[in-house]
Amino acid sequence: MGMAAESQFHVLAVDDSIIDRKLIERLLKTSSYQVTTVDSGTKALEFLGLHQNDTVNPNTPSASPNNHQDVEVNLVLTDYCMPGMTGYDLLKKIKESSSLRNIPVVIMSSENVPSRITRCLEEGAEEFFLKPVRLSDLSKLRPHMLKTKFNDQYQKQEENAAAFQSPKQHKTEQNLQQKQCNNNKRKAIDEGLSPLRRRTR
Amino acid sequence: MEVVQIQRRLVDYTKSLFMEGFLDGQFLQLQQLQDESNPDFVVEVVSLFFDDSEKLLNELTIALDQPNVDFKKVDGHVHQLKGSSSSIGAQRVKNACIAFRSFCEGQNIEGCLACLQQVKQEYYLVKNKLETLFRLEQQIVASGGSIPMIEMGF
Repeated sequence: MGMAAESQFHVLAVDDSIIDRKLIERLLKTSSYQVTTVDSGTKALEFLGLHQNDTVNPNTPSASPNNHQDVEVNLVLTDYCMPGMTGYDLLKKIKESSSLRNIPVVIMSSENVPSRITRCLEEGAEEFFLKPVRLSDLSKLRPHMLKTKFNDQYQKQEENAAAFQSPKQHKTEQNLQQKQCNNNKRKAIDEGLSPLRRRTR
Repeated sequence: MEVVQIQRRLVDYTKSLFMEGFLDGQFLQLQQLQDESNPDFVVEVVSLFFDDSEKLLNELTIALDQPNVDFKKVDGHVHQLKGSSSSIGAQRVKNACIAFRSFCEGQNIEGCLACLQQVKQEYYLVKNKLETLFRLEQQIVASGGSIPMIEMGF
């Protein structure tokens, strides 16, 4: 397990069970991810820099303002069933926050309850893993992180391109437009497919 | 005993634990996650499992001894025990927990008490087996041998 390019990816793992935290930490490290583990949804939000308005922590150093993410987190992997804030609650909080909603969230649960899985996916979870999580499951995380990373970079490039209209930038802009075209095309295909899929069901 | 003999014993013993259903494929997953950078990973996780299970079994005993049993609370404890036993591959403990939960749902106190005994029995059995397994491993390492990798198809 060398220093692969993926080692830059940072996963925040949330689980109330110390056994599962230990296991998931090891699984993620073996897959060359950087890992932080916390034992509750509340601590996860704190780590992400999101403090609930009703419970403003006076001990928070003034240097880190609310809603500011100090450490970049590329993905949140959370258990579903936890006392207090469940994994579903945490997912909702992340997706409701303008500063955090782009972070992919993956839910894990020991129970195979279809309605629960649907609910999480509808709320914006990228994947739903059945516990115990295996090494083979973790390979599914990478595309979600790559996607977000690409989108973030793309957004930044787009902003730059709009700000400086120099000829040097022109080429990148063209490339970007081309990419955008491709994206639109893919979107169109997806959209074209979905009614078909609905009909066949 | 020679190292080779202990190594053979360890292989046979481990296989018997799988054949008799004490352990499942998840335990092999744990072993796969152990390497030079984490030589005690399996022992560490299993020790956490022992601590956690004993705490939960204790709480279950108390909860089921109340005049008005809080079945939701009991179910919560069993759910945790089921999760941790499944995470380390203690299959028979996990299966006993599944039966236990159905009695919690039916609020059947007699059934729950019988299941608690069953879970305790399975827990102490697998604890004993795992401790024997770790002892054999220690003996091999102490004699300068290496732990044989056990290949099983799951």
